[in-house]
Amino acid sequence: MKKTRLSLFLLLSVILLSCKGNEVKPSEIKGQRIAIDEKIEPDAEIEEFVAPFKEHLNKTLDSTLAYNPNDMVKSDGDLNTAIGNLMADLVIEQANPIFKSRTGNEIDMVLLNHGGIRAGLNKGNISTRSAYALMPFENEIVVAELSGEKIKEMLTYLERAKTAHPVSGIQIEMDQDYKVTSAKINGEDFDEDKTYFVATSDYLQQGGDNMNFFKDPIQLYKVDYKLRNAIIDYFKKVDTLTVEKDNRFIRK
Amino acid sequence: MKRRNFIQQTSAATAFIGIGGLSSLSFKPNYKKHITILHTNDVHSHIEPFGPDDSRNPNMGGVARRATLIQQIRNENPNTLLLDAGDIFQGTPYFNFYGGELEFKLMSKMKYDAATIGNHDFDNGIDGLYAQLPHAEFDFISSNYDFSNTVMDGNTHEHKIFTKDGVRIGIFGLGIELQGLVNDSLYKETKYLDPIEIAQDQSRILKEEKNCDLVICLSHLGYKYSSDKISDIKLAQTTENIDLIIGGHTHTFLDKPTVETNKAGKKVLVNQVGCYGLYLGRIDFYLDDKNNIETNGVKIEV
Repeated sequence: MKKTRLSLFLLLSVILLSCKGNEVKPSEIKGQRIAIDEKIEPDAEIEEFVAPFKEHLNKTLDSTLAYNPNDMVKSDGDLNTAIGNLMADLVIEQANPIFKSRTGNEIDMVLLNHGGIRAGLNKGNISTRSAYALMPFENEIVVAELSGEKIKEMLTYLERAKTAHPVSGIQIEMDQDYKVTSAKINGEDFDEDKTYFVATSDYLQQGGDNMNFFKDPIQLYKVDYKLRNAIIDYFKKVDTLTVEKDNRFIRK
Repeated sequence: MKRRNFIQQTSAATAFIGIGGLSSLSFKPNYKKHITILHTNDVHSHIEPFGPDDSRNPNMGGVARRATLIQQIRNENPNTLLLDAGDIFQGTPYFNFYGGELEFKLMSKMKYDAATIGNHDFDNGIDGLYAQLPHAEFDFISSNYDFSNTVMDGNTHEHKIFTKDGVRIGIFGLGIELQGLVNDSLYKETKYLDPIEIAQDQSRILKEEKNCDLVICLSHLGYKYSSDKISDIKLAQTTENIDLIIGGHTHTFLDKPTVETNKAGKKVLVNQVGCYGLYLGRIDFYLDDKNNIETNGVKIEV
């Protein structure tokens, strides 16, 4: 048993505790922390108790949901990557039916963050465990109705970020200096006088990654759908992952 | 640094009795009672140990090991309380799969005495927390969450008094402000009450009305902030009658408890052991039936 013990020994003057007929008083206090590591023998009864939970968990986590024909990593593109495109596309695919049934509107586009891709997807079988690795957080999908002005702020943000933040539904072209030369939403030139339904995660909507243009939308809609659950449901639905790197967000 | 000043001042003012190498047994015979407080915080559903390849905490943690350690300490001193400062839930697929059932069952097997509620304990909603209560054979202590309009109403204690070897140990619990931290659809009509007011009130009741010998605050407020936000350090400084604050939320790895001075000039210990069940905190109180030891002091070895 390893103890991270402190060597300091202090004798402290303290003000007299008020006497209220209570006899016992602390006269010495010792504090330490004890590392829980491999030097401590695990309790067999606890291990036995956890075993069936663990077994069921691992079985479920490791069961194959889909096939991935290519290794996907988030560093394999300049401004868009297969794995980012996969995540952004599946958000529309999974969340739009819910959003549409609740509001009658359709999601115009998706913006996620490159940093939110927490792992790659290896070539081969894809499992629930892969989805947990890709998205370990509990973030929910939300849809923000943004003014054209806020979309412009978003484009300025992307010009500064120079990063492959995952998008879907929008096509952005930049010049070699990362200045936007064209932005099309749903195949039409972005219109500053229109409003757009942008799906993202609650984390980003609340200003995560300094995406402040999301902060005060015209309207915010919850989809009550965790990003990870959307990923898992999508993996269950498709047999083989087919999303690839494309020209949705490029420099020319 | 505050601590350094403190050491200098006290070492100048009082006789220094030896440095290092003292085992707990060295002092034991001199005192009438010995109470051990064990504590965890922010375990976040970490049931299995981290693997050997983990980049940050290789081979650390694990509930089965913690259980062994707790049993060893209980064998050594049966007058032990085992406490948790919240965020029991969320962090591994165990939570996503079983909703906290396993966490509560394991804590019950380890004979936890009490826990307070952390913000992540609302992650499956207040209904999700309520649904797991049948699996918890320990008490939830929460003094500043008003649950009256929620399913949790009547399922928590504003304080609880444990008696060990005749020593009365009063415990109250403080939770962090949920607005902005937790989706309001999850905590529903839980009302957050001012922690300092509640702490003053609860600690006075426990110390003065209920004659507790020790008053412990189980807190999920967080250790310290650069802003004015209420923290364990601030709580220690602005209250009286608390002997020990066991904290959580900020995942602060203290290698020893911090000693703060309260409003009445008395010393308060603040401790927190990081997260994920990597460490177990241990505080030993040795109590005397004399009014005070000769020097009118309490020795604090940290």
